[in-house]
Amino acid sequence: MKGMSGWLIRIFAVNSIKIISLLLAVSIISFVLVSASPVDPVRQYILGLGTAVSLEQRAEIESYWGIDEPPAERYLGWLFEVLNGNLGESAIYRRPVADIIGERFWNSLALMLCAWILAGGIGFVLGCVMGMYRNRLPDRILKKVCYLLSTVPAFWLGLLFLLVFSVRLGWFPVGFSSPIGVPGADVSIWQRLYHLILPAVTLSLMSFANIALHTRQKLADVLDSDYVLFARARGEGQWTILRRHGLRNILLPALTLQFASFAELFGGSVMAENVFSYPGLGSAVADAGLRGDVPLLLGVTLFSALFVCAGNMMANLLYGVVDPQIREAGK
Amino acid sequence: MEQKKETLLEIHNLSVSFRMYDHGLEQTNLRVISDLHLTVRPGEIVAVAGSSGSGKSLLASAILGILPSNAVVCGHLHYKGRELTGQLQKELCGKEIALVPQSVAFLDPLMKVGAQADGHYRPKLTEKRRKLFERFHLPGHTEDLYPFQLSGGMARRVLVSAALVTDAELIIADEPTPGMSLDQALEALRMFREMADEGKAVILITHDIDLAFEFADTVAVFYAGTTVETAPASDFKKGPAALRHPYSRALWEALPQNGFRPIPGFQPYAGSLPKGCLFAPRCPYKTEKCGNQIPPVREVRGGEVRCYRAK
Amino acid sequence: MKRMNRRTGAVCLAAVLAAVLCTVYACGILIPEEAVTGSFLNAGCPPCLEHPFGTDALGRDLFLRTLKGLSVSMTVGLAASAVSAVIAVLVGIAAATGSKLMDGAVNWLIDLVMGVPHTILIILISFVLGRGLRGLLAGIAATHWCSLARLIRSEVLQLRSQQYVAVSRRLGKSGGWILRHHLLPHLAPQLFVGLILMFPHAILHEASISFLGFGLPPEQSAIGIILSESMRYLSAGMWWPAVLPGLTLVMIVLLVDKTGDSLRMIFDPYSAQE
Repeated sequence: MKGMSGWLIRIFAVNSIKIISLLLAVSIISFVLVSASPVDPVRQYILGLGTAVSLEQRAEIESYWGIDEPPAERYLGWLFEVLNGNLGESAIYRRPVADIIGERFWNSLALMLCAWILAGGIGFVLGCVMGMYRNRLPDRILKKVCYLLSTVPAFWLGLLFLLVFSVRLGWFPVGFSSPIGVPGADVSIWQRLYHLILPAVTLSLMSFANIALHTRQKLADVLDSDYVLFARARGEGQWTILRRHGLRNILLPALTLQFASFAELFGGSVMAENVFSYPGLGSAVADAGLRGDVPLLLGVTLFSALFVCAGNMMANLLYGVVDPQIREAGK
Repeated sequence: MEQKKETLLEIHNLSVSFRMYDHGLEQTNLRVISDLHLTVRPGEIVAVAGSSGSGKSLLASAILGILPSNAVVCGHLHYKGRELTGQLQKELCGKEIALVPQSVAFLDPLMKVGAQADGHYRPKLTEKRRKLFERFHLPGHTEDLYPFQLSGGMARRVLVSAALVTDAELIIADEPTPGMSLDQALEALRMFREMADEGKAVILITHDIDLAFEFADTVAVFYAGTTVETAPASDFKKGPAALRHPYSRALWEALPQNGFRPIPGFQPYAGSLPKGCLFAPRCPYKTEKCGNQIPPVREVRGGEVRCYRAK
Repeated sequence: MKRMNRRTGAVCLAAVLAAVLCTVYACGILIPEEAVTGSFLNAGCPPCLEHPFGTDALGRDLFLRTLKGLSVSMTVGLAASAVSAVIAVLVGIAAATGSKLMDGAVNWLIDLVMGVPHTILIILISFVLGRGLRGLLAGIAATHWCSLARLIRSEVLQLRSQQYVAVSRRLGKSGGWILRHHLLPHLAPQLFVGLILMFPHAILHEASISFLGFGLPPEQSAIGIILSESMRYLSAGMWWPAVLPGLTLVMIVLLVDKTGDSLRMIFDPYSAQE
């Protein structure tokens, strides 16, 4: 066990260095991009306030963006502020970006977590079914379904759901994470869940195909292996083999893949949140882009990169837990 | 030899072929085992010896009923006098008939070997398996190791324990010796000898013929998917004169200690088997008859042989 | 022979599918702008013989708008995939033939692009380039090259270890000569197939980003825009602007995908064994 934790710490350290380098690069690139854009963050901010902008306010925001300084210094100044937790103030919402992200992230997280679990669960089970019935009817049908779903754009699927379940059948609300007009504190967990169902289902439908096909392939490899042949020779039935050898060998790789797919998950949640007017990071970033809210756009970009990197890190750590061979090599 | 004991497993005219698709949708049948005869009695080690590519491992799969789905099996298998059908195979495999596979690759890489040797049986056989591990001098912590942590010899003993944990009466050992040192190989074979002496029947599939006839009671010489000769192991010790089939003699003469004289030619591939005797193309004594008709199995001097010339 | 050879079948299928796609594309291009300017007289008309997809809230014929939108999507998709493919080739070959440092740098770059959700990255890029066709193209092109680059990298690495490449090198052929005579001929089919398989993704991304409002200006006929507009009238029971154009988009994507698969059969029969 000591070797294992040592191994984990090493992987953690190596990954952390890489993640820091990637995040720095993301921050540089997005800062350069935004600086090159025709939208001036200072003017955009002041524009929203109308004439009611005091000289102090103006000076404050100009110093945040480091107007009149050389680009490198501007970037470093901004990075310093960001590292201190100051992501600037959103031009649309008139509040610190860090607060907005902190608030909306929980909404997004709830949505993504539900979809992640749902997609992982459905995908894994379907993958197992496909693998067990390889090249037989259930497998062929499910494979078609998976391919079909991967060509259907998520937002259109969301639109169809809205049309059928909300407009036609009236089972679900048309949007928002809570009933309109009810103060946030009074919203019960059930109401939240109720508003979460459709977006979460939409989001999970767009991502389960990947995990299902991956699981199918892995299970097929396992069933073709020598150790399954031996298990058969010992009289183990199909389902015993799945339980004793299949799950053991495919569960953690599937979980690893799930962690590595945070980028698609986040990207999908942007679409789902916009279709269902769900107040998460995704709808915030679209708003920010459309209405020229530079600090919010930068903030969410950085945050999404951090989120994806965290997922990749977990995936890398899991690789080690999966395979005793890798674990041993670390000793 | 003493009076014939009751047979445990009798294989009669067994053929195995594979349906293959080549050139688009053309279907061909690839015959890998043809008209095989084999009789196994309790307390006996039957060595199935032959060079690689002669379909020996498939024989094990056919007995256990774990051939790939595109395999077609004809002929008769009788176990304790009962026809060994797919249903019966399902009932017996892993209980009365056990396989000792070739290598550590037949163990699940992510499962501790103790749990694997225990098998899926209910009630759990852990206590019995621990005793077996002890008997084979496996240290106590072995059960918590993963397959890749085992040495070759340890892996072999784990695999044998896995076969013995169920009190199987018929043990099929598929190439148990390759990759082992001579000492390890001897030790492994001694284990099988012990099992046979306890009254179990052992089918030892191997290409190490000289080791095989040291430990086996009967040796079945396998060539191109069939047994050309089945003889008491003692005949192989006596030398070529005691043997019945030209291929058996050629095998004997090809052994390093007997002059290392290989015979010319190659074993025919499953796709292009000759019409008559499978050995005819390489046989120095072949006649016209050998080229046209497969010789039937005959009893000659206490052994069975497929050759028109054998006396 | 009774049955048609699978390869011949694939060629025929690819030809038919390509013809269908070209027809859709040509229709979209040829339809004049005036044809999609509607009148308020027949606004919100459900599908009928005259308007197979119905009309939208401004009375524009949705069938014609969808066709136009598809041709826009296909243009964007094709252009973006082509640019992406070029990036992939350059990066992939650089990684495989360059120094170890270069390889590491390329891998790091790929991790970087994969490290930001594509939707966010495209939003950022199209925001910077001031929304519209240019930003959309740049955004999609910048995000779609990674997997193809990885494929090309491993392909080149494999080719480099082949005997005939080693022999050429021994014979004193220059790196450029080997690249032209040994690597590119092998890479061309891979690249072409990669391009075709990238195409549907690019179309889907175009539609998604337009849906969010970052792509083309709202008066344009893009599928994403039509669907985005349809959201406003969903609760009024107008289902056709949401369902029919989207369905057409899915069909086109499936067609492209199928074409890609059969082309892969033709150019790269080994990888298509599955």
